Order: sequence, then structure tokens, then C-alpha cells
Amino acid sequence: MTDMVLLGDEAVALGAVHAGLTAAYAYPGTPSTEILEYLVRYEKAHGAPKAAWCTNEKTAYEAALGVSFAGRRTMTSMKHVGLNVAADPFMNSAIVSINGGLVVVVADDPGMHSSQNEQDTRYYADFARIVCLEPANQQEAYEMTREAFDLSERFHIPVLIRIVTRLAHSRAVVRVRDARPQQPVRKASEPSSWILLPANARKQWHDLLARQPTFLEWSEASPFNHLRLNEDRRDLGVITTGIGRNYYLENLDELGFQPSHLHIGAYPAPVELVRRLVGHVGRVLVLEEGYPFVERMLRGIVSPDLEILGKESGHVPPDGELTPDIVRRSLGLKARKGLDAPDITLPNRPPQLCVGCPHADSFDAIKLALAGFATPVVTSDIGCYTLGALPPYSAVESCVCMGASVGMAKGASDAGLRPAVALIGDSTFLHSGVTPLMDAVAADTDMTLIILDNETTAMTGGQPTILPPTRIEKLVLGLGVAPAHCHVITAHHRHTEANREIMRKEIEHTGLSVIIAVRECIETLKSKKKA
Amino acid sequence: MKYDIILAGVGGQGVLSVSAIIASSAMKEGLFVKQSEVHGMSQRGGAVLANLRLADAPIASDLIPLGSASMILSMEPLESLRYLKYLSTDGAVITSTNPMVNIPDYPDLEELLGHIRALPHARLVDGEKLARAAGSARATNMVMVGAASHHLPVKVETLEHYIQTVFAAKGEKIVETNLEAFRSGREAAA
Repeated sequence: MTDMVLLGDEAVALGAVHAGLTAAYAYPGTPSTEILEYLVRYEKAHGAPKAAWCTNEKTAYEAALGVSFAGRRTMTSMKHVGLNVAADPFMNSAIVSINGGLVVVVADDPGMHSSQNEQDTRYYADFARIVCLEPANQQEAYEMTREAFDLSERFHIPVLIRIVTRLAHSRAVVRVRDARPQQPVRKASEPSSWILLPANARKQWHDLLARQPTFLEWSEASPFNHLRLNEDRRDLGVITTGIGRNYYLENLDELGFQPSHLHIGAYPAPVELVRRLVGHVGRVLVLEEGYPFVERMLRGIVSPDLEILGKESGHVPPDGELTPDIVRRSLGLKARKGLDAPDITLPNRPPQLCVGCPHADSFDAIKLALAGFATPVVTSDIGCYTLGALPPYSAVESCVCMGASVGMAKGASDAGLRPAVALIGDSTFLHSGVTPLMDAVAADTDMTLIILDNETTAMTGGQPTILPPTRIEKLVLGLGVAPAHCHVITAHHRHTEANREIMRKEIEHTGLSVIIAVRECIETLKSKKKA
Repeated sequence: MKYDIILAGVGGQGVLSVSAIIASSAMKEGLFVKQSEVHGMSQRGGAVLANLRLADAPIASDLIPLGSASMILSMEPLESLRYLKYLSTDGAVITSTNPMVNIPDYPDLEELLGHIRALPHARLVDGEKLARAAGSARATNMVMVGAASHHLPVKVETLEHYIQTVFAAKGEKIVETNLEAFRSGREAAA
């Protein structure tokens, strides 16, 4: 036993290593990035397990599937919207007969600190009909990840671990145990279970459904789900999930009594434990971060007479993170107050591009190149350059999901908006921009794609881009973009006038054009110089 | 015993280094610690807030409740006022007087400092000047650790030990600069 100070993300990573991990794959995304970052550092220091950044979450998931097929333990980690990208292999992997343990860690972002939406990944676990674990603290993040590999092999399913921003990016002491060795290669014994032709898939799906009672039976008995009934009080029961428990415990002393309490850390949610709780009390408060997942389930299995307090009843806000103060209010405790703020308006301080960022120079050139057009449209994508939506640039008009800038510019152009310009970063382009560009090539859409190539995945801290800038040009040409309308420029204010001219010319050109604006991120450049 | 600290500043000002040094020191002295950080988009020149909780018993919540913090430690004046509702009525505000002006509507500095001085337990330190004198303006955050050290429930030697540890990889000179910054901050707030 050793004590270590770990972020929630790092506790997950080390739990996987100690479970005998052979390989882990991911695409960076806040708040999940530090899981693979830890594993990359670990591999550098120890030579194993393998840890690799991938083109996107789908390719990462598929690589993990290959490791599992080979009988070895594997993990893929991503943020919640990343699972949308990997949803295809994820959903299908639920019905192959998982061989080596496959653990999928998904970090949700309630409160949208760094995300476009707040989706709750517990629904995906339910959607796929698999088991999900939800740690409440760093120690559980470590323990549950270790256990998830065993469960995956025992039930032959991928096991999902759902964490949230506040756990992913919070540090505490974790007591770690001895590491297991990696497993030997042992190919899946029944490959037909991995061939999802309809005849096999029907059988596999049937088998998965038939095993649902087994999963539930396991969950009812799992120490991650525990019920404590207060025999003397029958007025209030509390159900917590994940880190909701922490905020509940923070306030418990002041409540003056201990309500009957069910904590859910493992799903499928334990129906029998829920029934025992609600059979004991007249009112239940549900404290969960994300969507009203348990609360809704409750409404399906308990008497309509039971009073359920939660997100749907308005006792807990339906959006944003939980906080100790929100939970306090929902428990009926008086609000606490701190020091009064002086009577002064404090301006917000939104995030912004770093001083000297190459994207800023690209925005300047783009704004100049678009001057005079009546109805230009500039779609953007997801990365540092999304900050170009804010003043002083106010240079872009959309940000929806990875790769959407390219497809949206095509649609806007098809609809008659001219000129249509799409902006996307190098890493995002490779992640999800290549396929919509193929659509634009096929139609020779009248649009201009500007790839802002800073040679890294900057927003998440500078992970390597899968292809260097020289190869991105070859890739674009290989897709069939006309060489006369494909340019590589240097994103620097010394070249603003020349860049404006090239952009203007290509924006005026009727048909598809691609401009790759290259200059390395100043942050990665700085850290290279330091090293 | 519990001691909750709100650490405030702007992305790039070294808030997380401050948090790491205090957290490590507290742990070394046997306290329980929870430290909630900011990663990703907010770090790009935006307002940064870290919650650091120290206690002699296990800590449940990663977030500090309203009115509960014993200290707001801020790398610059505007950010020191943003989280006052988390500070207990007898809590301390320790801030550097050097503004980080990266927004067009930054308030009048003298007015800001006036509001801070009017708080019950405020301590203002010219962090940048002291850091420069110690050898590098980048050490402003360590000046602020020094200024806070009078209140923190950890020993000065332990803090100095972790300043050495954190900066060791950057060479002896950087270690000395940061230790000197820490000491001058401590002296200025004495």
C-alpha cells in the first residue's frame, strides 16, 4: 500500500495500470485529457503499458477493441461528446463477446466548463445495456477502474466508468495496491461472436438481454451500492450518486439527523435497494450530477404516491454542477452567506487567445479578406480558435461539434450564402473534418476551407497532432482538391497582407478552395525551447 | 480544524503552483487535503479559481461552501473580489496589488484597491515589485504564498521545502529566486 496524491483522472489511469493494462487509446478532450497524459508519461518512464493518442474517439475505441480481441486488457478514455463520435463502435461492442477487459472512461462536464453540452453518459450505458460505475472520489476512481476490468471479463461486456469534471480535476490522496501483470495474448475463442452479421448479431443481442438480470443481481449486491435505513425516522430518504454524495455529507452534520440513505455507484441501478428505501420513507430526495437519470427511473418503479424531490420536481436545478450550497437548499437547510461584496460591478474575464497566437493573425487576415461582402458566413469548429467568436475578433459564427464547420459551410453554400468560409484546426480537421471535405470535393462546393494549423492540439494542452503540416497538404490534395486552389501560408502578422490577398482570391473563386495557415502554437514552442 | 482557501487569479499566473505547494505542505503535516483545479479552456487568460480544502478529518466535498473559506489568496486585485461570497465573515483576503489588465473594461485600480482595503482582514502586497527584486516577476505567486504563510495552518519550513521541491527541476537559481520571493512576501505581510 502506498499513498499518492492524484487527480481523479490520474487515479483512473493508475487503477488501469494496476489492473494489468496492456494498451490505452484516446483523443484529448477536457475533462478527460489527463487520463491518457498520465499513461503517456507512465509509458515513457516504465516502458509499458502502451498509451497512444489517436485520430479521434472512434479510432481509439476500435483500437481498444482489437486489444480486447487479443485477450488483453485495454482502456479508452474520452469526454462525453467524444462518446458521440465513438458511439458506433461503443454500441456494437456491447454485443460482441468481450475477451480481454475493455474499460471505457467517459468524463462528463456538468456546468459546461469546456464543452458544448451537458449530456449524461449514464444514458449511454443504459442505451447499450451494459454495466456502469460512477466513482464519488479519487479513491473510488482507482478502485472502480481496477474492478471494471474484472467485471468486463466476467460479463464479457465493455464496462463504462462515468466521471465528472469536478472529480476529474480534483486532487486527493489515494491509497494504491499492488499491480497485476499484463495478461498473455489469448485470441477470442469464438470469433463468430465478434462478427456482427445479422444472424450472429441477433444471437449476441439476445444473449446480452438475457444477461440483464445477472447484471442487476450483481448491482444489488455490489458494495458500490449501499443502503442505510434509519429505523427511527421515516420522513426523508436520500439517494445520492457519484459526487452528489460528497455534497450531501458536507451538509449532513447540520441536518440534525441521518436520513435513510442509498448511495448508487454501480448501474444498472439497484431496483431492490431502491424499493427497500422508498418502502421505508414517504419522501425521497435524489442528488445526482447531470440528468435526472435515477429520478426518472424511480418514477417507473415506485408508487405514484411517493413524493420524489429532484431535478424534475424543481428541488434541484436541472442544469449545471451540483454544489454544497445547492444540496444544502434541497435538504431544507438555511442558506449560508459569506462576506458582502462591495458595491462594484466586476467585469467578466472570459478566456482568450494567448498574446502572439498564430490564430489571431489568421483572424486579422480573414476579416480583411471578407471586407465588403454583404452576407459572408464563417463557420468555426472546436479548439482554441473557437475563442475567435469573442471580442476583439468576433470573427466566427458557429461552433457545434468536431468537424461541423466544414459540413456547415457546404450546407450554407448550397443554401445560397456567399461567400462561405469554414475554419478548423489541424487536429480537429483530422478528427472529423476530412470526411465532410470529401463531400465538398465531390460537389465542388463553392466554399473556402481554412485549416488553422498550429501543429498541435492546443486547447487541451498541446498533445501531438496525428499528421505534421506537410502531410496535411498532401492529404487535402489526395482528396481531390485542385492544386491551383490549395495553398499553404504562414500565419504571421508579417504576412497579413499577402495572406489577405490569397484568401480574397480563393473566396472570390467559384468552387472549392483550401488554405492551410501554418505556424506552431506559441505555447508548445515555448515548452520545446525550455526542454 | 478545517481551513478552506479560495485561490484566485488569471490563467498563466501560477495559481495551480500555489495550490500544489500549500497542498503538499499540508499533507506532509498530516492534514487531509482536497484540491479542485481548473483545466482546459478557462486557463486561456480567463479567470481561474481553485478550491483548496485542508482539515484534520476526511473532507467530503471538493467544493467550498458559501461563507466557509478562511482565506482568499489572489494573484491580482480584481479576482480577489470575485469570490467574496465564499469567504467567512472573519476570513482574510490576501492579494497582489498588480492588476492583470487583459480585458477592455478593467475597473479603476485605485477604486478596486480601496474596496479591498475596506474589507475586514485584507492584506495587499506589491507582489510584482518584490518578485522582481527577488530575481523574476514570474515569482509573484511565491511572494503571495509568503504573504499568506502567516495564516496558513502549516509550518514555514514545510512550505519552503516544497518550493524547493517544485522548482528543483528548473535549477538552483530558480529555486533561490522563488525562495527569496516567498521570504519577501512573508516579510511584507508580517
